[in-house]
Amino acid sequence: MTQPTLRVDRIGPAVTVQDLGRPGQLAMGLSQGGAADRYAIAEGAALLGQDLGLAALEMPGFGGDFVASAPLRIALTGAPMTATMDGAALQWNASHYVAAGQRLRIGAVISGAYGYLHIGGGFATPKFLNSRSAHLAGGIGAPVAVGDVLPVGPDSGLDQPGYMLDVVDRFSGGTLRLLPGVHTDLFGPEIRARFAATRFTKTPRGNRQGVELAFDGAPFATEQQLSVLSEPMLPGDIQMTGQGMPYVLLPECQTTGGYPRIGTVMPDDVPKLVQAAPGVALRFAFTSHTEAMAQHRSLDAFAAEMHSKRRALIRKPNEIADLLGYQLISGMITGWEQE
Amino acid sequence: MTVDAPSLHDPLIRPIGLTGVLFTFSDVLTDDANHMALAFRAQIESQAIAGVIETSTSLTSTYVSYDPCAVGLNPLIARLKDLLSQTKPSSLGSPMGRRLWRIPTVFGGDAGPQLAEAAAMAGLSPKQAIDEIAATTVRVLTIGFAPGQPYLGPLPQNWNVPRQSGLTAQVPAGAIAVAIRQMVLFNAASPTGWRLIGQTAFRVFRPEATDPFSLRPGDEVQLVPVSQREMSALRARQDGSNGGASCEGGS
Repeated sequence: MTQPTLRVDRIGPAVTVQDLGRPGQLAMGLSQGGAADRYAIAEGAALLGQDLGLAALEMPGFGGDFVASAPLRIALTGAPMTATMDGAALQWNASHYVAAGQRLRIGAVISGAYGYLHIGGGFATPKFLNSRSAHLAGGIGAPVAVGDVLPVGPDSGLDQPGYMLDVVDRFSGGTLRLLPGVHTDLFGPEIRARFAATRFTKTPRGNRQGVELAFDGAPFATEQQLSVLSEPMLPGDIQMTGQGMPYVLLPECQTTGGYPRIGTVMPDDVPKLVQAAPGVALRFAFTSHTEAMAQHRSLDAFAAEMHSKRRALIRKPNEIADLLGYQLISGMITGWEQE
Repeated sequence: MTVDAPSLHDPLIRPIGLTGVLFTFSDVLTDDANHMALAFRAQIESQAIAGVIETSTSLTSTYVSYDPCAVGLNPLIARLKDLLSQTKPSSLGSPMGRRLWRIPTVFGGDAGPQLAEAAAMAGLSPKQAIDEIAATTVRVLTIGFAPGQPYLGPLPQNWNVPRQSGLTAQVPAGAIAVAIRQMVLFNAASPTGWRLIGQTAFRVFRPEATDPFSLRPGDEVQLVPVSQREMSALRARQDGSNGGASCEGGS
């Protein structure tokens, strides 16, 4: 039997294979990493009816051209991007069947920042410390390159129909809930109040380690400019550089840092932060641990809800370029994954 | 706001976001606080506590990452405090045992252009500085910032020199830089505010290796002065010797 693959004929910058990352290495200086928008991973898993831990392609800003070696299923989630298969438009936030030899073309982002290409069975690239996630800042893995042939895991759902999802908008900024961290008290009440009243935008200067925030007004200096001992930091932390400029940490952040952090964006709002394109307005509202817990939902619970909300994909007949593929697959082709 | 300084048995306990809690044993680096942070982490790791995802240490703190849907913050803190009451700093030691590493290092010259400056701040000549560092067995106080990257110390009190005010744009992988009684051995080329005093061919993170992280918190390290010529020979070796370092102890 031959393992199905996806050949890469064209690719955007910094496209990487991502799953939910590798917890357990913090003590060794390696942050968890993993998909920047974990909701997008959950949506992809729901659309394909598969495990939350499977790997997808994360595409910041631009996708690429991909050719399937065998019948496959794909799902497209996260920031909507232009997408076609053999020239016919493909719906975003949906799963689709791809016949062998068909060309999937994913272009520029329409809104948001990170789009995701999921595949039935997940990408089967090698694991390192139990994860397939590239962690470029940590020196693990590499961006996907033209000519790569990405292996695909066995897909037990090839006979399933396409599905679609109405997703919660997280691509247009808004207010993010902020929890206290180790250094919050170093910022005086006036500074914190001004922070909460300020409109921020992400600058284009950023990557999966973190991104700088722009705003109008004075820097957010701490009351004590004394150097603090380095302490653990996590994605969603907002640290102030020596100049009092805010910088938000993302999945590939360093594990410890000495710059003071005014707070931590709650995990449920990190996707909104990640998906804000440069220029989109962001605000931060301090919340308490108790309040946040009342509103917090685990990723498993989110994935289960998405699975329950998915519905059959309805497409206009003139867009169904792969109609023949559907008929074949429902009739007889199941063979390769069992041989 | 005034807060009593944290102590070994009355640490400062602070949540970080929704998924972390930090126990801090001192607001300045002390040997006791560092021992306590490591010992407390080992104690937590020896238990299967529902909801705990992972743990780590910084210089004087122990960090616990947890799933708030599996365990509440307050019950978790109560459980951890109970564990802390059973933890003694003398129970230091990673489960695998402590090891002693000897790592060849070129000091000064092009490899360590700020040696003379750092030595002067420590009240020493460059030669005395090398001798003092070579004679000191330092510990891996913590690993952090970048994969496998150790903070080594403490050096003698006269090495309590501040970071420089500006940043050095880049030091190479394997570089040794010094500040506040500690040395960092860099994982990768990096900007730093610490003074560059030497260079090793030791890789602290080797993704291709079975055990990708060379050092563990609590390991002991001696930097062994070698000449630039010896370092070049070490670099040329293709036998996986990791910069000519030797390691004894552990299990």
